[in-house]
Amino acid sequence: MLNLIRTPLAAVEWVGSQTAKFGNEIGYASALLFESLYWLMLGHWRNQPVRISAVFKEAVEVGVRAIPIVCIACFATGTMLAMQGIHTLRQFGADSQVVVGIAYSVSREFAPLITGIFVAGRTGSAVAARIGTMTVSQEIDALRVIGVNPVRYLVAPLLIALMFTMPCLTVLANLVAMLGGALYCLAALGMPVEVFFDRSFAALTTDDLLGGIYKSVAFAMLIAIIGAVNGFQVKSGAEGVGRATTRSVVLCIVSIILADMLVTGFLSR
Amino acid sequence: MVSPETPAIEIVKLVSHYGERKILHEIDMTVAQGEIMVIMGGSGSGKSTLLRHLLGLNRPTSGSVKLLGQDITRISAQEMFALRRQMGVSFQGGALFNSMSVAENVALPLREHTELDENTIQIMARMKLEVVNLNGFEDLMPSELSGGMLKRAALARAIALDPRLLFFDEPSAGLDPVASVELDELILNLQEAMGMSIVVVTHELESAFKIADRITVLDQGHILLTGTVEEVRGSDHPRIVSLLQRQPRRDEVDGDAYLQRLTRELA
Repeated sequence: MLNLIRTPLAAVEWVGSQTAKFGNEIGYASALLFESLYWLMLGHWRNQPVRISAVFKEAVEVGVRAIPIVCIACFATGTMLAMQGIHTLRQFGADSQVVVGIAYSVSREFAPLITGIFVAGRTGSAVAARIGTMTVSQEIDALRVIGVNPVRYLVAPLLIALMFTMPCLTVLANLVAMLGGALYCLAALGMPVEVFFDRSFAALTTDDLLGGIYKSVAFAMLIAIIGAVNGFQVKSGAEGVGRATTRSVVLCIVSIILADMLVTGFLSR
Repeated sequence: MVSPETPAIEIVKLVSHYGERKILHEIDMTVAQGEIMVIMGGSGSGKSTLLRHLLGLNRPTSGSVKLLGQDITRISAQEMFALRRQMGVSFQGGALFNSMSVAENVALPLREHTELDENTIQIMARMKLEVVNLNGFEDLMPSELSGGMLKRAALARAIALDPRLLFFDEPSAGLDPVASVELDELILNLQEAMGMSIVVVTHELESAFKIADRITVLDQGHILLTGTVEEVRGSDHPRIVSLLQRQPRRDEVDGDAYLQRLTRELA
């Protein structure tokens, strides 16, 4: 920072080198994504099979074990949306229209986003920490000398597991968030739960739900790749692992929100 | 497949850089089949880098590394995969996979390189653990093992596929003297029983003199000497003498260069 003040030229240099670093990392991440997809498709014929058992193990770890926390978060989100919606719509005397608002905002936005953020918090950090620790303790080298490609062994199963479990979690998140909204509407407006769901399902189209599902698949890729990139870049010791873990979570969440904005913009055109 | 005269390892004019810095300066080295070669040197001598090149973990700037007659800087991924089957590596800290039990660690190379059924794999893993005196420890996790047991478990994993080439990174680092001597014995016994070529990277003199057929002494990326234990002991090269007698380095100080180092980037 001292240098920045001293000479404007140093500031230009700093911006340049940061941009180059960013470009490098994007390149590395894309290469990692393509390599994972390559092993998923062709690994079986290249002595690098992605094993079904490894995929299921990851799916349980990143998907099934995320169910409780995703349910709690989405239930609370649904309830909160109902509270805010009723408060707002009451001013127009249309508080029972809250149902449609909840159904749209949950399925198009909140279910995939909340699921993405919570899975990023759990898995984005865990993956970076696991791969980072393995790099430091030479386990990655050990894999390579045994003839196991680390990307095939560590990243590919995770990627495919996330790409399958995230949409499932998102469907679950949809239902739980709507249940939260329905229960609040029952309490506040006396609206029966089945009426809430009937009206929701009448309002929703397949495209609304699919938009959320597409998003969740994109988030799954972001989480797996960002976690792995940060893990593989660890150079030194426990401190490096800690820093990579933090960086991974922050980048996962930021990129999920940015990607959400882009996808929403694209889908609602 | 490979004739007995082919050297197990043949390095020709290997040059390696770390960023701008040259780590290895045109290294030439040959290891015959069935030979135990010890690569010795202080920290920063480039011995770890040399090992990484031998394992195909780093790409050299120039030069070639031939293992069992195949140049690993040029062969395809498929050929390298086949060659990996002939190589076993025991890393400095063991590098056992922490998420797997000891037996699973030893079984991994078998699972990846063979189509054996589950029972056979289990039995073979137990056999290898038996060789390194770790019978009964199959189900422990690596975090539950002592330093010496970790190294022996790593050795069991390294010999899981009966390799023709075995590499050791600092086998005695972090071990008490007894465990270290036991590991040296184990290495010698293995060589006798299986006849593989062994490369050991170490800075421990005693262990080097005990197990080596020949020793290569590295210093700042140059090979000072390759020879038998007697030749190394008898050498009058000042750097080797100071390495053997554990004397600190006394490099000539260049006044101008020193001043330049201190004042660089200030102006």
